[in-house]
Amino acid sequence: MTRQVNRLDAGGAWIDRDQPLKFKFDGRIYPGFAGDTLASALIANGVKLMGRSFKYHRPRGVLTAGSEEPNALVELRTGAYREPNTRATMVELFDGLIATSQNRSPSLKFDLMAVNQLFGRFLTAGFYYKTFMWPASFWESVYEKIIRRSAGLGRAATAEDPDIYEHAHAHCDVLIVGGGPAGLAAALSAGKTGARVILVEEQPNAGGAVSPTRDEIDGIAAGAWVAQAISELDAHENVTVMTRTTLFGYYDHNVLAALERVTDHLRAAPDHQPRQRLWTIRAKQVVLACGSHERMLTFDNNDLPGVILSGAVRKFAERFGAIPGRRVAICTNNDDAYETAHLLKVAGIEIVLVADARSTLGPAGQQALAAGIRVETGILPAYAHGMQRVSGVSLQNIDGNFTEKVACDLLAVSGGFSPDVNLASQTGAAPVWRDDILGFVPTKPVARERSAGAGNGVFDLRNCLIEGHAAGLEAAKTAGAKVGRKGSAPKAVSREITAPVAVWRCPGKGKAFVDFQNDVTAKDIQLAHQEGYVSVEHVKRYTTLGMSTDQGKISNVNGIALLAKARGQDIPEVGTTRFRPPYSPVAIGAFAGHERGKNFQPTRRTAMHECHEKLGAVFIEAGQWLRPQYYPQPGETVMETIWREADQVRKTAGICDVSTLGKIEIFGTDSAEFLNRLYINGWKMLAPGKARYGLMLREDGHVFDDGTTSRLADDHFFMTTTTANAAGVLAHMERASQVLWPDLDVHFCSATEQWCGVAVAGPNTRKILGNAFGYAIDLADDALPFMGVRTFQWRGVTARIFRISFSGELAFEVNVPWRFGAAMWDAIWAAGQDHELVPYGTEALNVLRIEKGHVAGNELDGRTTAADMGLGRMMSTKKPFVGQKMAGRVGMTAPDRATLVGIKLVQETGRLRGGAHLVLDKNDANAETSLGWISSVTDSPGLGCWIGLGYLKGGLPAHEGARIHAVFPMYDEAVEVEICSPHFFDPDGERLNG
Amino acid sequence: MHQIDCPWCGVRDEAEFQYQGDASVTRPDPDAGEDDFFSYVYVRDNPKGWHTEWWHHNGGCRQWVKVVRNTATHEIHATGLPRDGLPVPQARLKP
Repeated sequence: MTRQVNRLDAGGAWIDRDQPLKFKFDGRIYPGFAGDTLASALIANGVKLMGRSFKYHRPRGVLTAGSEEPNALVELRTGAYREPNTRATMVELFDGLIATSQNRSPSLKFDLMAVNQLFGRFLTAGFYYKTFMWPASFWESVYEKIIRRSAGLGRAATAEDPDIYEHAHAHCDVLIVGGGPAGLAAALSAGKTGARVILVEEQPNAGGAVSPTRDEIDGIAAGAWVAQAISELDAHENVTVMTRTTLFGYYDHNVLAALERVTDHLRAAPDHQPRQRLWTIRAKQVVLACGSHERMLTFDNNDLPGVILSGAVRKFAERFGAIPGRRVAICTNNDDAYETAHLLKVAGIEIVLVADARSTLGPAGQQALAAGIRVETGILPAYAHGMQRVSGVSLQNIDGNFTEKVACDLLAVSGGFSPDVNLASQTGAAPVWRDDILGFVPTKPVARERSAGAGNGVFDLRNCLIEGHAAGLEAAKTAGAKVGRKGSAPKAVSREITAPVAVWRCPGKGKAFVDFQNDVTAKDIQLAHQEGYVSVEHVKRYTTLGMSTDQGKISNVNGIALLAKARGQDIPEVGTTRFRPPYSPVAIGAFAGHERGKNFQPTRRTAMHECHEKLGAVFIEAGQWLRPQYYPQPGETVMETIWREADQVRKTAGICDVSTLGKIEIFGTDSAEFLNRLYINGWKMLAPGKARYGLMLREDGHVFDDGTTSRLADDHFFMTTTTANAAGVLAHMERASQVLWPDLDVHFCSATEQWCGVAVAGPNTRKILGNAFGYAIDLADDALPFMGVRTFQWRGVTARIFRISFSGELAFEVNVPWRFGAAMWDAIWAAGQDHELVPYGTEALNVLRIEKGHVAGNELDGRTTAADMGLGRMMSTKKPFVGQKMAGRVGMTAPDRATLVGIKLVQETGRLRGGAHLVLDKNDANAETSLGWISSVTDSPGLGCWIGLGYLKGGLPAHEGARIHAVFPMYDEAVEVEICSPHFFDPDGERLNG
Repeated sequence: MHQIDCPWCGVRDEAEFQYQGDASVTRPDPDAGEDDFFSYVYVRDNPKGWHTEWWHHNGGCRQWVKVVRNTATHEIHATGLPRDGLPVPQARLKP
């Protein structure tokens, strides 16, 4: 194994040097250690170039050590497991890991699209808006293709995501976000009160930005203190510590969402383990201890690989023993970078100099001087030199005068720290600017939360611990825990901090990047302002500043400061944009969890499903239901099957599963009155033992649903609804009885899955059912007339038989309790063997009902009135009903409304199509001349031609017998049709009597 | 994610409920005119702040629950039965 050139000989608190690993980046195999991130392992191997930028395809290296990383985005894993835009700083290394750089072609070192840099002046702010404006016809054919190819970064996998994701819920008194010193202090103090505490930490290890070796807490090295704190928390039964868990959303009612990366750090998930778990956490109180994000200084060429944030350099060194260079120059406007200088010096790295933008040295600077480090004050970076990696930096004074050029292979930069106010901002609390720390801090909370530590603008370790301790106690107390002895906060030595100086743009004329991920430069912001964009929210959208997947964690403050400068205002006047969930990108699969495929929408099968399967049925989805569509015989085409089934129902007999119809049992002395108010027609005079067709409207007067409802006793009705509207009708009735008319004595419940039913239709029906039910029921015309209903005993259970017909033939529907459904089917099927009984599916049912002119879902499209359907006279004038007044509006009763008609294809060839427009002249077919549309069509075996139902302005009175055209522009079809009564077949209903 | 205190079932997750609109409108008398029904069906206030609304507990007891909710903060002030006249806090938010 090759040597890791940039790995220190010792150190690296997170890595296990006894566990060497191998991984592949862009096809090359590298060594690393367990505990590494992909970024730290690449750094250890001397790899600086990790990606290409979004717009200009500029070479980019790692910039940070955490989830805010904008540059080092890679495609992880391969095939269906491939995940684009993975932050190399968050990818934990495992043996055999495969990562690929993205947004480059053909290779990372030689990227053809880097030519975009030459056209940089055309790709400035608002580029998309300006360039692709016209001509409009170019949009689909040219522009969209170009944009699609050049936009975006990685490639999403095209195969279905093979990983497993879980959803989990948690409840707690105190949720603490962040496992740094403030968060740990909060967890310790809250945990001791007995409150139920959850602490979530994004990284695999707690500790945050604390230095494990250089900082001391409670008299021991901070690294040891963190380990001790974690084991103490683990010992509390009421405290749960979740690492590798990113809290990404803060929602209403103190509901927070977190993503736990359960097995992402493993090569493959062990059996029964998900890849990730999406947590919904309900917390009584929340402590936000989210830390801060270091900012970049805005100077020319500041995006060169090897220009890295100073704090990140320290984290790579302390956590992983990896240092991205051997000769380091440091540029800073604050004290923190001196910590980096000391650490690197101890590790034996050459410090070329520390260039401090401030004019005088504070204690931190003095210490560095005393340690023999060269420190220059009042000096800013001017330009980073190098082709694909930094080789030196030109420096300047604050007036922009060149001072010197120094050679280095690592430029560590600190532009100050922005408290991470992302989650607090999500709750709607607008952050406020603090000039003393040059950052936004959370303001007065609106949700049940408080911030502590660096996330609250407190950067001193001692004060972080004090504030965390107090926040934990306060949160526990507010959540209802008994706080006895308050204890004292963990102790640390206070450091004197010298305030940072504001340097928002180091003088220069070149490309100085503000938002690295979206390639937004200082010039772009200036340009947006020149073009009239004033509001920070508008500038954000115009320049795309802060709109990348890192949400501007590093860039936001710099961008706002530059806008303030352009506007000649202070930062507080400009304000900040609101952060929104998710804090960092979340895989769609995590949101879906187990609820995908059949687990998203369950399949409902009727009790007779297996009977249909035995007969070779082809099923169709009707909502969640599976219904037999048709039952093919060997050698038949689909149409032949449908014709045969429909034809045989008319000639002999057919059986059809109608269990999916919505069924509602209605009881109570006011049941008839209740139905009277719901349906447009009357129900009080319906005698027990009779059924009636009913139509109900919505409150707005349009048709809602139809079905047959029977009166089984004075105070007992049995309603059926269409399959599609079953749930909606029940909710409609619940509203009516609970909200509108609570005084009515009516009670009802869904019985859809309690009764299963078959329709048996055709001339042979009586003989078949007589055989099947052993003459337990008299089916003769006088015993069970049309629209009659009877109950009878069959095999010890109560069955219901209804003489109703959708097909227009002599027909009965029989209902038995659900679990006897298959037995009923089998009994009828056996009895039908001597009488040419055929099973028929939804297709044949459709043929039969169109031939009869019966409306179904296609005709009840939510825009039709009862009169449109030819049922205007059903509307009672003797009683009020839902929708009555609204159905009488002028537009609802206009004489030129499109009403239901029958349509016959006149010509020998061609066909009718649902959705075709009806026009007088096929040569003048457009939206204005369209008189209506075709809603349902079938090639009718009963009539021997194509027929259809549709809606036509003027309807039958104006057009009966007329020959007009049906046009279907999508296929460039136009056919001649005749308008006729929708009752094509047996218009007088003689066949109902067999 | 709201938690709604169903008068029949106790505190339940929002996912069990279906929002059913404004509960401050009352259905006119059947003899009322078309205009009254038009208002009842179509005309709604769109307040920023407190709002009385229907939530149907269709994944639970299937009862219609009256809820006083703040449309800006999602705070729930009170829940009750359809017949309950729930108090609505007077404080209005800036529009």
